[in-house]
Amino acid sequence: MKRRVFMRSGALALVTMGLSPRFLRRTAFAADLRAATAKGKIFICIFQRGAADALNIVVPHGEKSYYSLRPGIAIPRPTASGQAAAIDLDGFFGLHPSLAPLKPLWDRGMLAPIHAVGSPSSTRSHFDAQDYMESGTPDVKSTADGWLNRYLATHGTCEACATPTRQPSHFRAVALTSQTPRILEGPAPTVAMNSLAEFTVRATGNQVERLAALYRTGRADIIHGTGSEMFDAVKMLKAANPARYAPSAGANYPRSRFGQQLMQIAQLIKANLGVEVAFADVGGWDTHQNQGGANGVLANRLNDFASSIAALTTDLGDRMEDVVILTMSEFGRTARQNGSGGTDHGHGGAMFAIGGSVKGGKVYGKWPGLEREQLYEGRDLALTTDMRAVFAEIASRHLGAAKLDTIFPGYQGASLEWLSMLKV
Amino acid sequence: MGTNDLARLAGALVLLACAPATTSDPARIVTTAEPREQTADQQVAHALSRLTFGARPGEVQRVRVIGVDQWIASQLAPQRIDDRVATEFLKGFPTIFMTADELATRYPRPQQLQQAARRDGGVMSAADSVAYRRAVQDAQRVATELQSSRVARAVLSERQLEEVMVEFWENHFSVFSGKGQVRYYLPDYDRAIRPHALGKFRDLLGAVATSPAMLFYLDNVQSGVEPGRPTLVAQPANGRGARRANRRPPGQGMPGSPAANAPPARRPGLNENYARELLELHTLGVDGGYTQGDVINVARALTGWSIDNPRGGGSFSFRPAIHDAGPKTVLGVALPEGRGIEDGEQVLTILARHPATARFISTKLARRFVSDTPPASLVDRAAATFTRTDGDIREVVRTIVTSPEFFSQAAFRSKVKTPFELVTSALRALNAVPDPTPRTARVIAQLGQPIFGKETPNGYPDVADAWLNTGAILNRINFGTMAVSGQVPGIMMERWPTAQIVKDSSREAQVDAVIASLLGGGVSTDTRQVLLTGRNPFLDANPRAATDSSMMVVDDDDPPQMMSDRARRPGRDRMGNGRGAPRPLDSFAQIVGLALGSPEFQRR
Repeated sequence: MKRRVFMRSGALALVTMGLSPRFLRRTAFAADLRAATAKGKIFICIFQRGAADALNIVVPHGEKSYYSLRPGIAIPRPTASGQAAAIDLDGFFGLHPSLAPLKPLWDRGMLAPIHAVGSPSSTRSHFDAQDYMESGTPDVKSTADGWLNRYLATHGTCEACATPTRQPSHFRAVALTSQTPRILEGPAPTVAMNSLAEFTVRATGNQVERLAALYRTGRADIIHGTGSEMFDAVKMLKAANPARYAPSAGANYPRSRFGQQLMQIAQLIKANLGVEVAFADVGGWDTHQNQGGANGVLANRLNDFASSIAALTTDLGDRMEDVVILTMSEFGRTARQNGSGGTDHGHGGAMFAIGGSVKGGKVYGKWPGLEREQLYEGRDLALTTDMRAVFAEIASRHLGAAKLDTIFPGYQGASLEWLSMLKV
Repeated sequence: MGTNDLARLAGALVLLACAPATTSDPARIVTTAEPREQTADQQVAHALSRLTFGARPGEVQRVRVIGVDQWIASQLAPQRIDDRVATEFLKGFPTIFMTADELATRYPRPQQLQQAARRDGGVMSAADSVAYRRAVQDAQRVATELQSSRVARAVLSERQLEEVMVEFWENHFSVFSGKGQVRYYLPDYDRAIRPHALGKFRDLLGAVATSPAMLFYLDNVQSGVEPGRPTLVAQPANGRGARRANRRPPGQGMPGSPAANAPPARRPGLNENYARELLELHTLGVDGGYTQGDVINVARALTGWSIDNPRGGGSFSFRPAIHDAGPKTVLGVALPEGRGIEDGEQVLTILARHPATARFISTKLARRFVSDTPPASLVDRAAATFTRTDGDIREVVRTIVTSPEFFSQAAFRSKVKTPFELVTSALRALNAVPDPTPRTARVIAQLGQPIFGKETPNGYPDVADAWLNTGAILNRINFGTMAVSGQVPGIMMERWPTAQIVKDSSREAQVDAVIASLLGGGVSTDTRQVLLTGRNPFLDANPRAATDSSMMVVDDDDPPQMMSDRARRPGRDRMGNGRGAPRPLDSFAQIVGLALGSPEFQRR
C-alpha cells in the first residue's frame, strides 16, 4: 500500500491531476480553514414564524381606516395622552410601543422598516408561505435548497469561482436551531445547533481523543475528512470559550429562547470564527384571538423581540458597521380584526433592516392604503414590494453576490425593484 | 410528447404484451451467470446491509447457512415470513390502527376545543384549560405513535426488505406531518402504501393518489374546475355559490382551524401543485419529457379528487361537480370529454407505464440498494424489467439485488447510512428492545431526519454528501456515546450476546468481537488500532495531525478488509512507540461507543 501525505493546500493539485474524492473537491480551495477573515460582511436573518401582524408592528397611525378596521386592537395615535401609544416615526407611521428598544436605532439612522412587503404567492398557509420565503421561489414547491444556501454555494466557495473572496470557515453559516432551516438547506456546508454548549463531543476523559483518532487518519474520503474538520471546529469553538461569555456593557439579553439565540450569534461573531450568515427564528405570532393592542399577547412578544435585537446591536457595537440584520415573517394578517379580538391570515407584511450600511430613519415600500378597494382580496394589506427585491439587494450590495439569477431563479424584478435601502 | 416518445411508449406496450402473464414464484431463486466480485463473506454482509436495517446478532451466520441467494429470495416474498414478534409489539401503538375519522373523534385538534370553549361562554374555564392541555398532549400521540411504530418495525420485523421498501416509498411519496391536519391522515397513508411496497407500481400510485394525506399535502383538495368550463353535474340555479360550498376544502371548513373565519383561501380554480409533483417527483422525473401543458392537463384530469371531510377526519371522495369534464391531452394521449374519475385513473396508468417512469424509479431503487452513482448498465436492466413486468416492483428489486453490480467491490460499504438507518442499525446490532415511547424517534429527528418531517415533497436525499457536514458528524458520534451510556432507550449491554461472551476476555478479543458484530468484520487498520490502543499509525507518525485536519494522505489502495484478512495486517507492535504509553481503554462500553462512532459504522 502506497501512502502519500500532503497538506490540504495541495489538494487543488490533486484535483487537477484527476484525483478528486468529493470531499476534496468541496474543500480544495480551503487552504487554511483557521484563517477565516474577521472583517467580512455578516448577514443575520431572523424569521418570525406564524405570520406577524405587520399593521400593529409598523403602525399606519396616519391612516383613518386603520382605526375603523381595528376598533378593539388598534395602537393609539402617538398624540394620545395618558396611555401607551404608537411611537411616531415620520408623522404617518409609528412603532408599536413595545418596540421602544429599537427606536434609538431609528434615531441613529440604522433602522429601516419596510412595509407591504412579502411573497407574491397568494397562499395563506403558514407552511407553504414559509417554504416560499425560505426557498426564495414563490409558488414553486420543488425547489430543493434555500436561497441563503444558494448564495453560499455560488459565492466564495471553491466550486463557484476561481478566486474565492474569502476563506471558508467551519462557522460560515450557522443556525441557532435544532435542525437546518429550509433557508439554509442545500449543498454549501452549514451548521445548525440548539446552543453553542451542544456543539461539543459528549464524551469524558481521553475518549474524546480516541474518537478523534478514528477520524484523524489522514484519509481524504468524505467521512474522515468531514469528521476531522468537525474536531477542528469543536476545538476552535472551545478556544473561544462560549461558557464564559460576557456581553458588552449595556447589552441586556432577555432570558427567552430568542434572546439567548441572538446572544450566541453575537458570541460566534465576536469570537472571529468567520461567521458570514447567521439564522434565528422566533414563534408565537399566530394571533387569531385576543392579541391585544398596546398591551397584551402581541405586545409581550414584541417586547422580547425588540429587547433581544436591541441587545444584539449593543453587544456587536462597532461591528454593526459590517452587519445587516433582516427580520421577516411569512405573511401579514387581515386588516380587519376578527370576532375573537385577533386577526387571521393575510398577505402583505413588514420587515426590519438594521445595520451600519442601512439607510435608516425612513420607512421603505410604497404604501398601498387600507381602503376596501386598496386591500388585497378586499381584506389584507396589499403587496407592493416583492421579498426578493429586499433579499437580492442584501445579497448583492451587502454580501457581494454576483449570481442573483441563480440565487433567485425565475425572478424578473432584478435591481429595478430594489428599494435602495443600503449604502452602495 | 413528441413522436419519438410516442414510439417509445408504443414499443413499451408491445414488450408488455409479449411478457409472461404473471411471474411464477415470488420466492424463486435467481442466480446470475456472471461472476461476483465480492467474496462469499462479503456477499452475506453486503446483502444484510442493503436488504435490512442492519444485521442482528447471529444473522450473518444464519444467512450463511441458508445461502445468500435463498435468503434474498425469501425476503422478496415477505408474506411467507412469520412476523409475530413485531405484530405483537405494534399493539402498543393503538393510534396506528385507527382511521382518520376515529382519530379526529378521539383526539380532536386542540384548536377545536379552544373554539368550542369560546363558543360556549367566551372564556375558558379552569376545567376547560386542563382538558385543553390534555388534548394538546393526546394530539401529539397521533404523530408520535406512528413514528415510533416505524422505528419498531425497522428494528423488529423479520420482513426487513419489505420494511426497507415501505421506508423507500414513504420517502418517495413524502408528505409532511406538520402541515395542517396531515398527521391525522398518516396512519391511513401508511396502511395504504404497505400492501404495495413490493407490488405493482400502478397500484401503489393509485393508493397514494387517493390518500387524504397526499391530496391535502399537495393541495389537490383545493383544486377545482376553472370557472366557465364544463363539469359532470348541471350547474345549480345559483351556480357559483353552490359550487363553492360543495367544494369547500377540508381544513377550511373545520371549526377552529385558523382559516375557519376566513373566506376560502383560493378562488375556485385549478391548483397544479399535486399534478406537477406527480410528474416531476413521483413518476417521470424532472427530465421526463413533459411540458407545462401536460402539468395543467394532469391537474384538470385530477379535479374532483378530494376528501370527504365531516369533522377533520376524512376519506377519499370524488366530487363530480368540480371535475373538469372537458377534453384533455396528456403526454400525447387524448382523454375524451364527458368523463369523471376515469380521467385521473387513465392519467395514472399512462404515467405508470411511461418509459421515463421505469427509468426514474429504477434509478432511485438502484441508488438505494447499490450506490450513490449506480452503473448505467444496471439501471438499464432494472428499467427493462420494470417495463416488461408492467411495473412489478418485486421483480425490479430482484433484478437489482441479484445483479453483478450489486455484488461488486465498488458497491461494498459504499453507502452512508441515513440517520434513520444509523439508529435502527445500532438498535438491531445491539439486540435492543424497541422504544414504546417517542424518545428514539426524537433522537432520529435530532440527527436530522424526523419521520414524516420533511417539509418539501422531494423527500430525504439518498446520497452521502447530503448527510455529512460537521454538525451531522458530531451528532452521529455523540449518538454512539449516548447509546453506550444508557441514554438510548432499549439499548442494554446485558441484552447483547457479544457483551456477555467477551466480558471477561482480553481487550484484543473484545475489540475483535465488537468489530465482528458491529462493523461486519471489515474495518481499516486505523480503526482497529484506535479501538485497541486509542491511537492510529498516522497520528503516531504525524503528531501535528492531532490538531489539524488539513493534513491528509491518499492511499493508493486500502480497501476495507474482512476478518479473515486480518492476519496480513501490521500488528500491534506499532503501538506505544516512544510517545508515552497509551492509556488503557477503561471499559468494554467505551470500545462499543468508539465502534458506534467510527467512520465504518456510518457506512452500510
